[in-house]
Amino acid sequence: MTTVQDAVAAPPRAVGILRRPKANRGFVSWITTVDHKKIGILYVVTALVFFVLAGVEALLLRLQLFQPNGTVLTAGQYNQLFTMHGTTMVFLVGMPIAVGLGNYFLPLQIGARDVAFPRINMFGYWVVLFGGIFMYSSFFLGGAPDGGWFGYTPLTSAPLDSGFLPGRGPDFWTVGLILLGIGSTTSAINFIVTCINMRCPGMSLLRMPVFTWMMLVIAFLTLFAIPPVTVALIMVFFDRNFGTLFFDPAAGGDPLLYQHLFWIFGHPEVYILILPGMGIVSETLPVFSRKPLFGYAIVVFSGIAIGFLGWGVWAHHMFVTGLGPVAISAFGLATMLIAIPTGVKIFNWLGTVWGGSIRLTTSMLFSLGFIAMFTLGGLSGVMHSVVPADTQQTDTYFVVAHFHYVLFGGLIFAVFGGFYYWYPKVFGRMLDERLGKINFWTLFIGFNLTFAPMHLLGLWGMPRRTYRYDNDLGWETLNQLVTVGSFVIAFSVLVFVVNAVVSKSRGAIAGNDPWDGRTLEWTIPSPPPEYNFAEVPEVHSRDDFWHQKYTEDDEGRLVALPSGGSDDHADDGHDGHGIHLPSPSYYPLITALGLPILGYAAVFTNPWLGVLGGVVLLFGLFAWAIEPAD
Amino acid sequence: MTTIEQTDAPATQVDDAPPTDPTPSHGAGGDHGGHGSSATLTNGKLAMWLFLASDCLFFGAFISAYLLYRGRPQTGPTPTELFDIPFTSATSFILLMSSLGMVLALAAIQRGDHRRFRLWLLATAIFGATFIAGQIYEFTHFAREGLHLDTNLFGSTFFVLTGFHGAHVCLGILWLVSLWGMSMQGRLGTDKAESVEIAGLYWHFVDVVWIVIFTVIYLMPQPGT
Repeated sequence: MTTVQDAVAAPPRAVGILRRPKANRGFVSWITTVDHKKIGILYVVTALVFFVLAGVEALLLRLQLFQPNGTVLTAGQYNQLFTMHGTTMVFLVGMPIAVGLGNYFLPLQIGARDVAFPRINMFGYWVVLFGGIFMYSSFFLGGAPDGGWFGYTPLTSAPLDSGFLPGRGPDFWTVGLILLGIGSTTSAINFIVTCINMRCPGMSLLRMPVFTWMMLVIAFLTLFAIPPVTVALIMVFFDRNFGTLFFDPAAGGDPLLYQHLFWIFGHPEVYILILPGMGIVSETLPVFSRKPLFGYAIVVFSGIAIGFLGWGVWAHHMFVTGLGPVAISAFGLATMLIAIPTGVKIFNWLGTVWGGSIRLTTSMLFSLGFIAMFTLGGLSGVMHSVVPADTQQTDTYFVVAHFHYVLFGGLIFAVFGGFYYWYPKVFGRMLDERLGKINFWTLFIGFNLTFAPMHLLGLWGMPRRTYRYDNDLGWETLNQLVTVGSFVIAFSVLVFVVNAVVSKSRGAIAGNDPWDGRTLEWTIPSPPPEYNFAEVPEVHSRDDFWHQKYTEDDEGRLVALPSGGSDDHADDGHDGHGIHLPSPSYYPLITALGLPILGYAAVFTNPWLGVLGGVVLLFGLFAWAIEPAD
Repeated sequence: MTTIEQTDAPATQVDDAPPTDPTPSHGAGGDHGGHGSSATLTNGKLAMWLFLASDCLFFGAFISAYLLYRGRPQTGPTPTELFDIPFTSATSFILLMSSLGMVLALAAIQRGDHRRFRLWLLATAIFGATFIAGQIYEFTHFAREGLHLDTNLFGSTFFVLTGFHGAHVCLGILWLVSLWGMSMQGRLGTDKAESVEIAGLYWHFVDVVWIVIFTVIYLMPQPGT
């Protein structure tokens, strides 16, 4: 054995090109942070801003449809707005909000001090933010995407000079989604590694809180769903800009290939959006019912089953494309199967609430609202799995009603429930319950006013994505009701924003454990210290914190343990000195900045921008790789 | 030469944690994790495996598109007229041999033999670059014969699929050369062997994908011949 030591002899010099930032307050700290909690807040705030933008777009759409032959928008503007509304809600609201909550609470719930890759975590956030800004910049650069959030070919793939979808909007859409896909993939990898490698002692997989479990499931779904759509988007981009013929029927190409690739992504994507909501209510319902989650294991396995089955049902979005009776029957049956694990979950949540000592806090109201609204949406979903019925409903407002019941009534209700539940942990102060009740009831009423009439409109034949309707069709009254409802929703969101802003400085002090919680995040101070846990916790059971606080007497009644759940053991006079935390860094920002520049280079086929973007990206990556550790 | 010793590099559980001093600054329970679960794969390697799993679907989708359109009636040059299978087999063989270089490079750095590590790393990169040169030759040759992106479905699917594979190889070469540069500067001690292993995982993956692509595009009998 020749022992060559030449290379290891010289210790590496410290070569930070930019000095590693040290600040943990102020603007620089926010753009250089690698703290999963700050990144989580950034994600959620960003998602809320896009939520408001998507809401404004929806309100404009509703104003246009308020009366027959509306004149508020032109057909072109209408197309841009519904495309951006859908794209924003799915990619810039639904996904980042889940990633944000997951970022904040997944490490806390498994007793970790950070995620596995703090800098990649921040990189993912920047990519999502820049991807969103990139896509929205299209409004000022020749028109927003107008091919629908699904971007069906051959409309979107017809060459730029063909006259279909003129303008750069569709290119902003394809490139923007590819960028967002990069961000989602990095956070998915990060979540999976964190869940697998960084659980605290005793935190076996089947002791993980259900919210964390669902984040793990959607991380896997994201990991495998993004590549097919990336490929589809690349093909569309090449077809439009470089003359490839992937989706050109005249050359033998098959537009249906796009639909397959898109929905192989698109259907798991639906579960990427809803499973975090299911995870959130699986946290709040037990806490506000003061009972353990009914059938924890079956709830977890149902979530996994939904994740698996989600890969086998994509063609139910394509029942009217002529796939043939065998294919559509198989996909129809597979779709019905989804109802089983979903139904199991719903009954488990009901079983959790049943006989509990229920506290009707705002968070609980939203969670119960979730169960009701999601069940309604699920039922119309089962209707879609019946092929003849679906053939009738395809491309009508019935479909719009269905997916808003599952995604707005499901995800958004659950997320608001999560906000009221976790806000005290994040900011140390309670959200105002009185405003919260107003928030809930206006949202509940506004939501049903908006989306329930759409069922009828759809069954009466009102098509989606048309910018006006004639006045002799009898759709006017219900459309006006829908528009009124949408403004009630807007009012409700405004109430929430006011509540969130005011409560941050004026809310009641929360303390460590305002809800008598069950999971690890409630064992530490609110807001949590930078290092999360002064001492890495060790858990001995599911809902470990609950069992530290309570035991049962002979008749099964809860008895508080004398010293249980005391706040002091979280602090122990430990001020966190000596806990090593990764230092902030500029390079995730710089590296991520290269991507939108490359994006503009692609959209405008400008090689110089491409070189610039490549240089920024490579500079960021190399500097990142050799950045000294502290 | 004697046995290859597997040096267990200290596993850093957070990518920012200083790998060189795992204990002093961590303080009470300052370990970043990894306990409580039987972490058989370090964070970095697990992340790379996950990325590669994801990348499988990326190539899978392109290969599916290629297979779907294979043999459809179309105008312009066809695969049988264009392919020079002995030539492509030779460059494919070179790419596959580069994986051997990667294995030897990793073995060298794991036993602390940095000179041989750099030698094998550079050899791997050069083998990869040879493959890319072959691909560039092939592309220009096909283009001269009249096959472009917009000629027919074969042109579209062939160039985009093999082009994206080539881009993966180029990225790998860049990665290997960067590692080589870091090693030259003395930044890549034996304790960083894992970063070489991760690059190696990527490199082997790109090779394995080429085996599939080569088989599907070149070796499977062309329909209708």
